[in-house]
Amino acid sequence: MKKLTFAIAGVAAVAFAASANAATLDDVKAKGFVQCGVSQGLPGFSNADDSGNWAGIDVDMCRAVAAAIFGDGNAVKFTPLSAKQRFTALASGEVDILSRNTTWTMTRDTQLGLNFAGVNYYDGQGMMVPVDLGVSSATELDGANICTNTGTTTELNITDYFREKGMSFNLVAFEKADEVVAAYDAGRCDVYTTDRSGLAAQRTKLTNPDAHVVLPEIISKEPLGPVVRQGDDQWFNIVRWTLNALINAEEMGITADNAAARLGGTTNPAIKRLLGGEGSFGEELGLSNDWALNAIQAVGNYGESYEANVGPNTPLKLDRGVNQLWSKGGILYAAPIR
Amino acid sequence: MTDRPNSSVNWLNDARIRGVIFQILLVLSLIASAWWIVDNTLTNLADSGKTLGFRFLDETAGFQIGQTLGTWLFSYEAGKSTYLDIYFIGIVNTFLVAALGIFLATILGFLMGIMRLSQNLILRGFATVYVELLRNVPLLLQLFFWYFAVLRSLPGRRDAFEIVPGFAGMNITGLYLPAPQPQDGFIYTVIALVLAIIITFVMSGWARKRQETTGQTFPVFWTSVGLLIGLPLITLFATGNPLDWSLPEFKDTGPKLRQGYQSGAGMVMIPEMIAVLLALSLYTAAFIAEIVRAGILAVNKGQTEASYAVGLRPGITLRLVIIPQALRVIVPPLTSQYLNLTKNSSLAVAIAYPELVSIFAGTALNQVGKEIEMIFMMMSVYLTFSILTAAFMNWFNARVKLVER
Amino acid sequence: MSKKVTMDNKLAFVRTEDAPILPPPASEAGITGWLYQNIFASMSDFSSAGASIRSVLMGLFSFGLLYVGITQLWGLLDFAIFSAVWSDPDGLKREACWTVEQGGQLPAGWHAACWPFIAAKLKFLTYGAYPADELWRVNLAGFVGLVGLVYVLIEGLPARRHVGILMLTIYPLMAFILLTGGNLDVDYGNVGLYVLISLGLITMARMGAAGRFGSSFQDLSGIFSVAGWLLIVYAVILSVVGVDTSLEPVDTRDWGGLLITLVVAITGIVASLPLGILLALGRRSNMPVTRLICTIFIEFWRGVPLITVLFMASVMLPLFLPEGVNFDNLLRALIGVMLFSAAYMAEVVRGGLQAIDKGQYEGADAVGLSYWQSMRLIILPQALTHVIPGIVNTFIGLFKDTTLVSIVGIFDLLGGVQSTLADAAWSTPVQGLTGYLFVSVIFFIFCFGMSRYSIYMERKLSRGRSH
Repeated sequence: MKKLTFAIAGVAAVAFAASANAATLDDVKAKGFVQCGVSQGLPGFSNADDSGNWAGIDVDMCRAVAAAIFGDGNAVKFTPLSAKQRFTALASGEVDILSRNTTWTMTRDTQLGLNFAGVNYYDGQGMMVPVDLGVSSATELDGANICTNTGTTTELNITDYFREKGMSFNLVAFEKADEVVAAYDAGRCDVYTTDRSGLAAQRTKLTNPDAHVVLPEIISKEPLGPVVRQGDDQWFNIVRWTLNALINAEEMGITADNAAARLGGTTNPAIKRLLGGEGSFGEELGLSNDWALNAIQAVGNYGESYEANVGPNTPLKLDRGVNQLWSKGGILYAAPIR
Repeated sequence: MTDRPNSSVNWLNDARIRGVIFQILLVLSLIASAWWIVDNTLTNLADSGKTLGFRFLDETAGFQIGQTLGTWLFSYEAGKSTYLDIYFIGIVNTFLVAALGIFLATILGFLMGIMRLSQNLILRGFATVYVELLRNVPLLLQLFFWYFAVLRSLPGRRDAFEIVPGFAGMNITGLYLPAPQPQDGFIYTVIALVLAIIITFVMSGWARKRQETTGQTFPVFWTSVGLLIGLPLITLFATGNPLDWSLPEFKDTGPKLRQGYQSGAGMVMIPEMIAVLLALSLYTAAFIAEIVRAGILAVNKGQTEASYAVGLRPGITLRLVIIPQALRVIVPPLTSQYLNLTKNSSLAVAIAYPELVSIFAGTALNQVGKEIEMIFMMMSVYLTFSILTAAFMNWFNARVKLVER
Repeated sequence: MSKKVTMDNKLAFVRTEDAPILPPPASEAGITGWLYQNIFASMSDFSSAGASIRSVLMGLFSFGLLYVGITQLWGLLDFAIFSAVWSDPDGLKREACWTVEQGGQLPAGWHAACWPFIAAKLKFLTYGAYPADELWRVNLAGFVGLVGLVYVLIEGLPARRHVGILMLTIYPLMAFILLTGGNLDVDYGNVGLYVLISLGLITMARMGAAGRFGSSFQDLSGIFSVAGWLLIVYAVILSVVGVDTSLEPVDTRDWGGLLITLVVAITGIVASLPLGILLALGRRSNMPVTRLICTIFIEFWRGVPLITVLFMASVMLPLFLPEGVNFDNLLRALIGVMLFSAAYMAEVVRGGLQAIDKGQYEGADAVGLSYWQSMRLIILPQALTHVIPGIVNTFIGLFKDTTLVSIVGIFDLLGGVQSTLADAAWSTPVQGLTGYLFVSVIFFIFCFGMSRYSIYMERKLSRGRSH
């Protein structure tokens, strides 16, 4: 009966084939949109509203790439992926970019056949506890019940941390973030641990967000960024430089609204190079020269995207912290376009 | 006789030869597609820089797992135990809920099945509503429902609902029970229990033979119960009671975080497990009830009447006439329900009960990324169990088959 | 003794008129009688100490259960209806379902359903992210499907059989085009080639059947004819799905909610039926290798949980395919569901085949029918009719099992509800229970309805058999 699977595979191959070979850009241009792998719902990073419109800082990354290619930030389709599925989906060509708050680690670079195109959010794992627990530091958490979700580096980090401190704990690891929130909200655990940005996002879903506090300790480094398949340097460069362009734009004070005006009215060669007024940087990527202009006009510069999705004026209330430009005390430092 | 020019039958018209050709073609196409799949897989793995192999099983796993029977049996410790340990812990935890679930579902299912046939409207109505409600709602939904219902209805972590004060109690972190802690010399009690089981078997065989030859009955049931409980108990006390109990300990003083039940004292059944057990056994019981009902209805009423007519009392009629015949109908679908329950225990992945799919094909798979090997290992556990069940079914069917004379 | 009575018959009393008709005993008539027979009969035997204890226990047990049942049902109704929040006129969203403790209007300790949440998400739960302007396509496909199904199920309507065949052939194609937008990349050159090849095959089959190529080919002509027709069907499907319908293409990633649940369940069952029949025939075949292969295939899929099959489909299937070929997430799950349910379907069909009297097989052989002819004309029609209840039950099981696709990241009804639970704008303590209750009610309606139909068919079939 394998024959039948074979036949079905044949039919499906005809019907649904989408090539995943080396030239991702050609495929993307041919189908007319970028297929972007996102999370199954993480406010501020990638989250769909009632009518299925996606928004978030990870979503903006994909929109920027789409705008760089097509000049249209909406030429992108989103595939919600679980932590478990995400790498297979990328490797098999089901998605072109994985922009799903994914931590850049060495194993993922070397063993999973992935390339991280950069970092769009520097995060670290934190812990949230109910205020009435009276705990002010993670070192007081000996014997705690801890809720988290599987499929990430979180379980490893928390285990390492407690072992290093010689403290005991109990881990309850769920498949989906929503179940963790529900269980933590019901009082199953004393502690909820995940990336600090995630804690801020999930806290908004609690019955009484103000009754919970995020502890000061950051127990790991979690550089989150967009990922592409190994073996297609052109595509890798497009994603990497789109991200760099957004960060450079903030540094140069270029926003979605003033980008066109700045291009016309500037003599600054760096700005001209970025926005396509000078040189042929876009064409070298296989795009048009106004690629970065389109990307910035679609989603704004990095700072705008940050403020709109996760910043202090959003429910997440996340300060820029290390995700500030290097010139303002953060560690965002994009390579120059030159 | 045919008047065809070629009177010898052409070989293509021979059904046997055609069958052989068809089967050869089938096997060839199977091999071809298997080769195609394996080839693709190897190419894909090579492309993404992965290799096949089971060496990862010896690597140590750096994450914590919730306390369960499995972690206790394999004395799991993050950073020391290997992925192979995790595999076994997963298997143990899967079969723990499966076994407990089967036990509870059978009792409840038989009860409900008999109640559905009751003359008593209350019992019949209750059982009918129960069966219809639980059968027609997906198990995964029920699992979520029970989990959050359990969490909601239990007292918080710093409180306790004492079932037997000092011995057993529960709160949101689980059901706390005394844990047996065998000391040196407990082995004799185990030996006594094994001995008692053997004696019971021998005795029931002897009693059956005696009844067949002389017609005299022997109170096998009560003697067995006495043996099975009495013999180990006597040995236990004769060897100086080498069994300690670790009692659950509840504190409501000290730092807030350390209040509540203390870990390490007593035995805990985590709420995830309670929810899985509840969902699995309540859901499966609804199906078992229908099977039991059908089984009892399948026994002709004349059997009961005939049994009364020869003077057998109702209890004996049920035991010797109705049940053996009903079982013939009940057992095959019942085993497949047991199998379903075991397979359905994999849904526990949704609510963080650390069973096979959850910790091995979930957490561990995410750490080492060996999809093919790990899914293969996981499936082989379920397949082995299915094959064993099927073998039991064949044996049982052969045993209870109607011997027609 | 009777002899004695007849001997002394002078002393016997002979009644000359009828005894007066007494009213039935209180335990047999009226409300009391009904109550006695249906409730108290098992708890009113006080003839001995043991019987009394049993009666009392029975009474306690019954009324205890009655109490539990009524309180639970009342609790459910209270949660779902009486205490529930039904409307949110001021657009407060989650604050409409907040208690005083949380800063809302509802009394402290309130715990009931928050239906405005479901109302706000209803479109998402029904269609997923399907574009709002294209919803008519889903509705049309659903409406045609429903009308067709009802038509086929009601007895006595003319041409039910033909409608049924249309529902199994044209309808799936139509639904496919409506839902996806059709207009797939089809190479019509290939389609033309297929048509030519198939016409050639059929012509050869015709000529072969007429004996033009000698007697040995005569028997094989059937295979050619089947291959030809299959190829034609394939070509037709290809050319239909390739037609430029000028409908906006809708990616399956935008599907969701009830739409996905129904698509997965219906495709699963429709596709698994033919596969299941083939497998069942294979398992009962007298060719040992075929039998072995089919048995292994069936037992493999029946031996593993569906969730592992779905994991396999979503994680491993991409690895099995050559580079450059990949399926839609939904299609992958569909393949998993289809193989899984085909194995169960095969066992149901096998049950039907086994129930057919041996004489039917022998009779078919005796009148000279070939294997496929006897299966198609004699055996399968009977066997499949036998197992309609079994098929419906398999379908109910499959329908409930579709919820598992939510674990592999497809937003079916349950997955949809879970993803709406992530919406902080509606976050309340009752959000989860409300969502799960809603899904449960939908599933209950579908499954209960189908199980009634199955019971009805069972009765009807057994009536047909017993006369």
